[in-house]
Amino acid sequence: MNNASEYIVNFARGTRSLLVGMRATLRVFFRAKTTERYPENRATLTMFDRFRGELVMLHDEQNYHRCTACGICEMNCPNGTLRVTSEWVVDEAGKKKKSLVEYQYDLGSCLFCQLCVRTCAQQALGFLPTFEHAVFTRGKLIHKLNREGSSLAPKPVAESHTV
Amino acid sequence: MFDFSVITRWVDQLLRGVMPDAAATVVECVIIGLCLLLGYSVIALALIYAERKVCAWFQCRLGPNRVGPLGLLQSVADMVKMLIKEIIEIRHVDRFLFGLAPYIVIVASVGAFACLPFARGLQVLDFNVGIFFLVAVSSIGVVGILLAGWASNNKYSLIGAMRSGAQMISYELSIGLSILTMVVLSGTLQITELVEGQADGWLLFKGHVPAAIAFVIYLVAGTAETNRGPFDLPEADSELTAGYHTEYSGMHFGFFYLAEYLNLFIVAGVATTLFLGGWMPLHVPGWEGFNEVMDYIPSIFWFFGKAGVMIFVIMWFKWTFPRLRIDQLLRLEWKYLLPVNLLNLLLMVIVVVYKLHF
Repeated sequence: MNNASEYIVNFARGTRSLLVGMRATLRVFFRAKTTERYPENRATLTMFDRFRGELVMLHDEQNYHRCTACGICEMNCPNGTLRVTSEWVVDEAGKKKKSLVEYQYDLGSCLFCQLCVRTCAQQALGFLPTFEHAVFTRGKLIHKLNREGSSLAPKPVAESHTV
Repeated sequence: MFDFSVITRWVDQLLRGVMPDAAATVVECVIIGLCLLLGYSVIALALIYAERKVCAWFQCRLGPNRVGPLGLLQSVADMVKMLIKEIIEIRHVDRFLFGLAPYIVIVASVGAFACLPFARGLQVLDFNVGIFFLVAVSSIGVVGILLAGWASNNKYSLIGAMRSGAQMISYELSIGLSILTMVVLSGTLQITELVEGQADGWLLFKGHVPAAIAFVIYLVAGTAETNRGPFDLPEADSELTAGYHTEYSGMHFGFFYLAEYLNLFIVAGVATTLFLGGWMPLHVPGWEGFNEVMDYIPSIFWFFGKAGVMIFVIMWFKWTFPRLRIDQLLRLEWKYLLPVNLLNLLLMVIVVVYKLHF
């Protein structure tokens, strides 16, 4: 008797669990699909915020950046992706100061580890969520991050920084 | 409702008018064979596309959408690829049986396909033991699968084929018994009569409880019979790479692939014929206007529509349930389906004898 009732209970339980599973899959069947149709939706495609596409130096409207050319990023980079070229300039007060000449970034050897961004004392760097980086020669992967004619922001740093 | 036998009779008379009877018969046979094979491959292509789309939707994806509008030409492109692929000659196989196996599988499936009543007057094979013939001819396929596994000289293939044999022979019982249950209700083995008998109500509704049980059992056993998930352990790719067709390539593999999908259609078609009224339109007693509107829909659409619903349900099974182990598979058949089926047959006999059906 015990066996027989167990048989029937098992049968009912099994059938029920199968039906629950079928209900779950049917719900997914009618759910909106998550697939991105990439080349077609290029105009509207937005990457998520934390996506690290390429390193950029942040510049504000007056073409000021915040890089003091201290070289911490360069020292922290595990791959030698960054090269900071600086020169010594004498300011009005007669003090010698380092000034950024060129900030070179090799996208081809970047790990996207974000160590440069994290360790930058001036928060001068950031990542953009772009991803279409394919080029035909390696040379094109080497970017100059400081914009033409940009300079270090004067002491009270402007609040709003645009990329 | 449009009767397709008008067309076939017209073709028949046309041919007999221009040539002797014997020659006309031969020509008709060739035409029918060509039509069957054409329908066979077109349905297989449509099913492959449908399977990929349905599978994708069940996994929250879009499925094929690059080749042609909505990816409609995807399976055509696949077919072209399959046709131009090399058939690789494998050493140490039993050449003759290795080559023969895919043809046995495809012949069995075309034979069963020819029995289906597609529309009023559109049926190739129809005689007094039609449904019995269908069951018999569709089981020849297992011989092809066993041969393929044996002739491949490969452990995986052999294990897959043996599993397939055990599975098909077990589930043949369930299929046979559930078909028998419905034959008891309708009182005929001839497929046209089976369909004609459902003009006043589909057998699923006429036979109420026992018919519904037989329907569920038929669906489960039919899924197992076509070697589809969750019963696809003969080709369980994680354990056996591809089971019995591991060593096949090119169009030989294509035949197994085609037959697999067509068997799905055949199972759905037989379910339609036996339980859902074949090509009969849906009639609700008392709703005259509704019934008349339903009559305007051509019978071929009724058949393919119902078969399509059944195919969707079987695909739904496949993409929901995990694969069974071989002992679970056999336990399901011998400990659950078979006893339920035998009791159900008894119940149906009681229902028919005491006229409890509608």
